[in-house]
Amino acid sequence: MSDIRFAAIRTGQAISRARIPQVPFDEFRQTVVAAAAEGRRVAALFGDASGPPGQVDLYAVLADGVRSLLHVGQTPIEVGEFAALTPDCPQVHLFEREIAEQFGIVPAGHPWLKPVRFHASYRPGCDAWNRSGAGPVVGVLDFYRVAGDQVHEVAVGPVHAGVIEPGHFRFQCHGERVFHLEISLGYQHRGVSRALVGGPKKRTVHLLEETAGDASIGHATAYCQIVEALAGTQVPIRGEVVRGVALELERLANHTVDLGALAGDVGFLPTAAFCGRIRGDFLNLTALICGSRFGRGLVRPGGAAFDIDETRRVQCLERLDAAVHDVESAVSLLWNAASVQARFEGTGAVSIETARALGLVGPAARACGLEHDARQDFPSGIFRFVQVPVSVSLSGDVLARAYIRWLEIQRSAAFIREQLHSLPAGPVRREVAPLGSGQIAIALVEGWRGEICHVALTDAYGCFSNYRIVDPSFHNWAGLALALRDQQISDFPLCNKSFNLSYCGHDL
Amino acid sequence: MIQALLARLRQGHRTLAYPKGVPTLPDRFRGLPIVDSSRCPADCRDCANACPTDAIAIDDRGFRLDLGRCLFCTDCVEACPDGLIRHSQEYRLSVRRREDLVYDGRTLKLAEALDQKTRRIFGRSLKLRQVSAGGSGACEADLNVLGTVVFDMGRFGIQFVASPRHADGIVVTGPVSENMRTALLDTYAAVPAPKLVIAVGAEAISGGIFRGHDEVHDGCGALLPVDLFIPGWPPHPLTILDGLLRLLGRLEEPGQTA
Ligand code: SF4
Repeated sequence: MSDIRFAAIRTGQAISRARIPQVPFDEFRQTVVAAAAEGRRVAALFGDASGPPGQVDLYAVLADGVRSLLHVGQTPIEVGEFAALTPDCPQVHLFEREIAEQFGIVPAGHPWLKPVRFHASYRPGCDAWNRSGAGPVVGVLDFYRVAGDQVHEVAVGPVHAGVIEPGHFRFQCHGERVFHLEISLGYQHRGVSRALVGGPKKRTVHLLEETAGDASIGHATAYCQIVEALAGTQVPIRGEVVRGVALELERLANHTVDLGALAGDVGFLPTAAFCGRIRGDFLNLTALICGSRFGRGLVRPGGAAFDIDETRRVQCLERLDAAVHDVESAVSLLWNAASVQARFEGTGAVSIETARALGLVGPAARACGLEHDARQDFPSGIFRFVQVPVSVSLSGDVLARAYIRWLEIQRSAAFIREQLHSLPAGPVRREVAPLGSGQIAIALVEGWRGEICHVALTDAYGCFSNYRIVDPSFHNWAGLALALRDQQISDFPLCNKSFNLSYCGHDL
Repeated sequence: MIQALLARLRQGHRTLAYPKGVPTLPDRFRGLPIVDSSRCPADCRDCANACPTDAIAIDDRGFRLDLGRCLFCTDCVEACPDGLIRHSQEYRLSVRRREDLVYDGRTLKLAEALDQKTRRIFGRSLKLRQVSAGGSGACEADLNVLGTVVFDMGRFGIQFVASPRHADGIVVTGPVSENMRTALLDTYAAVPAPKLVIAVGAEAISGGIFRGHDEVHDGCGALLPVDLFIPGWPPHPLTILDGLLRLLGRLEEPGQTA
């Protein structure tokens, strides 16, 4: 990557769009493919149609975790197609499908070019599938079929048995054995990306908080870092601490309920019952700080909208200790129960090679041995000053994904304790200046599901001409599909829970 | 086994005494917004202009706040130059009719119970099928919470079931994305009559923060006959439980907020 012509930028930084080199498509493609082959990840790949009419510019953001650097490049596509990168760089498969769907340009040679969210093209008259008339119908696509004696197909969803979000799963099975799982989403599409264009508006931060409702803090933090980068605003250190504490509380709540749900899926009821309750204790800690269990209204451009005063700080610490003590007793039962271990071990394994090829992020990647954690690789906010050890496991199975969560619970708790014990003085929020015009800003935040990536381009007035959200689920759904290969179909709920991905974060 | 028993002892009994006693909510809890509109300067519109979902209307009919759109955020509170808006600890918010959510900032008329005949059918056993139609996962999470030992809604005979065929009604979350419209209507059709529809959260009631997007239907009200509206973003589990119990006529207290 030494001779790379892409512009280098750090997370939480903004640079002029003029500094992003425009390279010929072949060089663009070659750079992205080579970077991925060298072990870098494609954090974002997206189209932008705010340039000359009829032209779509492709932008790529390459993540170099070793040097904490992001490389951004751009190439104009003037015709209706380009040579797909996916055959040489599988991790961009969904990005290219997204580009095709949004802009009606075809990544030629893409091995599975299907719609992602089933909406009409952003450019009327340009449709990658030459569909006409009433527009796409969700879930209507050519599913893979495996043919042969005794091969059968199982279709699940969009409405599922539990109280969860909708999505469609199509299994090709031979008896109990799953040959292939295809995941088709888009049911949750609410037009988030489109609504963000022209912002910031009075709705913008709320939209981000509702992008993936159980990761409100993560997405709000990424958004605020974008705004602060564009405005050149420095968040006061106490504000950074409050945000960091909130982000880790979000992780605690979600990891805890996930461990409970995993226990529930193998019929181990004590842990399931305890963790369901203890998650509430963590949510209530967030509510103690800001009044909302999901942290709505807490993270705001310039810092935090609520302070942790002295009584609150003491109360927070006390209640955190009690909840962590409870979660310890609940979760240790899991590791001591042979019946649980037998069900977790070896189920839904993903190899490190597959994880790397797909560009998995978050606990799902770390469970396969990939040491990716934005808090370490691309530190922002308080994580520039405090390091949370990265939790890694090797087996890539349900057990590993469960165990990673347990390690992270302990480390997040230790982080919060440390932060609350040494809460710096000063304000929590600072006034935000107007946003710079003609800029690009990127923010990476390690949400509880993994890397949340936001990229904003501003126009001549400092408004968003394009705002991209890459939820960790966008990278990881393919990981779940591959985890199911050669597994029993009855293990699907367990595997699904072990990933616990967001539907709305994917569908936007 | 011994360890499981010890852990069970240590975790103790955690189910709320509710509805006999109401648990303390955090002091910053954002419940029903209370507005002292009698003191509003004549042409001030600061709160209405700040509101992300345009939930506030001020005109010759006075001040009105649509709780069906309200995100219970702090934007209007911060915008008010005279500090006339505050969030109270009032968690009871559910109503039976959409228009009852448009409120004057002082007293909210809470949901009435179902009529006696319907209550005889559902009063002691209510099975619900949840449909997330563009829901963000937060409303769904706080519905799931009702099944935990803390709220234990099973003790009131209320339960979420997997099949609409086994259900007495549906609980809708989300603004109803166009891509979920058919699935929502199909699920509703699969529930045997008589059946209830319960809209949970700002999005299911009005579209919430997505209101006006081409991709959504601004809530389920235009598509289904809603029997109970539970506002919030997302509503606190207690708010949801209060609404359900009120609908079933199992709460013996006043039908309006203080
Ligand atoms: S609290 Fe409700 S009424 Fe007030 S600004 Fe927020 S959404 Fe609007």
